[in-house]
Amino acid sequence: MAMTMHVDIVSAEQEIYSGTVEEVYAPGEMGEIGIFPRHSQLVTRLRAGEVRVKPEGKSEMEHIFVSGGILEIQPHVVTILADTGMRADDLDEAKALEAKKHAEEALKDQRSDIDYAKAKAELIEAAAQLRMIEKIRKRRR
Amino acid sequence: MAVGKEIRTQIKSIQNTQKITKAMEMVAASKMRKAQDRMAATKPYAEKIRNVIGHVAMSHPEYKHPFLLDREVSRVGFIIISTDRGLCGGLNINLFKQALIAMEAWHEKNIEIDLCLIGTKAQTFFKRLGNISASATHLGDTPRLDELIGTIKVMLDDYIEGKLDRIYLVENEFVNSMTQTPRVSQLVPVQPSGEDEIKHHWDYLYEPDSKEVLDGLMQRYIESLVYQAVVENVACEMSARMVAMKSATDNAGDLINELQLVYNKARQAAITQEISEIVAGAAAV
Repeated sequence: MAMTMHVDIVSAEQEIYSGTVEEVYAPGEMGEIGIFPRHSQLVTRLRAGEVRVKPEGKSEMEHIFVSGGILEIQPHVVTILADTGMRADDLDEAKALEAKKHAEEALKDQRSDIDYAKAKAELIEAAAQLRMIEKIRKRRR
Repeated sequence: MAVGKEIRTQIKSIQNTQKITKAMEMVAASKMRKAQDRMAATKPYAEKIRNVIGHVAMSHPEYKHPFLLDREVSRVGFIIISTDRGLCGGLNINLFKQALIAMEAWHEKNIEIDLCLIGTKAQTFFKRLGNISASATHLGDTPRLDELIGTIKVMLDDYIEGKLDRIYLVENEFVNSMTQTPRVSQLVPVQPSGEDEIKHHWDYLYEPDSKEVLDGLMQRYIESLVYQAVVENVACEMSARMVAMKSATDNAGDLINELQLVYNKARQAAITQEISEIVAGAAAV
């Protein structure tokens, strides 16, 4: 029986693949990496591309697309932390700008300076109202 | 019969409200289950990434990533995660209360605060408290990580540039479907967990090099923490809404019963009066 290793492909949103395999090929940032069991420990970033795994006892490869991420190799465990979308510095930058703009728009009708005491008072009032409603409800029962 | 027409219309309208709240309760219940599944699905990623970071940090004591370094505080950031919609009981209010307590403590020390708001409710509440550096709203019931990257990056960039010295995450913790507790936790610098005490005698090979890999890892780790919190918040929102709508439905039921009693009495009184009028009329003849 061929030697096997465990492979997990996970993204922040879900688990993509998990299983026992004989071989893994992944698009490393510095070239494609082929991984067999007992590979030495390695961490690398991945480019967008195709990860191919050969499940135990099967002859065909399974193909999984990842849009980048990080690959961690232990002798018998391979973990791919996949990104959920395309990542690039300028792309991230654009998203950051968008988030800032969003905040600025929300701030347009902002009143003067910071007033924690007032906000707190309002909150306490709201909480008191809630309690009041609760009481009325109980009394009705 | 003319008697109690107003009461009958009132009962009718309360019944309609009850139908709506009942429907909302059921929708929230089913969405909650889905949100819980999503919550479970995000766990493996964060765990894996934490393991790798723990390991890399352990085997490279000479390179300290800025996210791991504690420095003197002159400005703090808060990432506040709220819901987009209301009708979910005191969920947001309780959270904001916790946030305000934490913020006031810093304010008293004359330390400025930057805010990063996720969700419409936080935006409307905190917008007059100033210093909002980023916000994201309308993430929907299935938030995607892409939509959060920008917001988180603004805060992390400020941290790396030294504008912020600490970042807190204010979120709701999903205890069970009846209980959600607000929680303020420190996001950056990352507080080391006590469990990685195991000594390692080996090191990874790095491609391209350890610093770059660790940078990428740290950023993704923080993102996954925030994303997890957002997903958890959806589950909290749904369960809070379910509970709120359930009590609203019960309430409507109580109201209807009371009104029904009043209505029956009024009807009975009207009938009695009519009979006595007829009897009195017959007696007079």
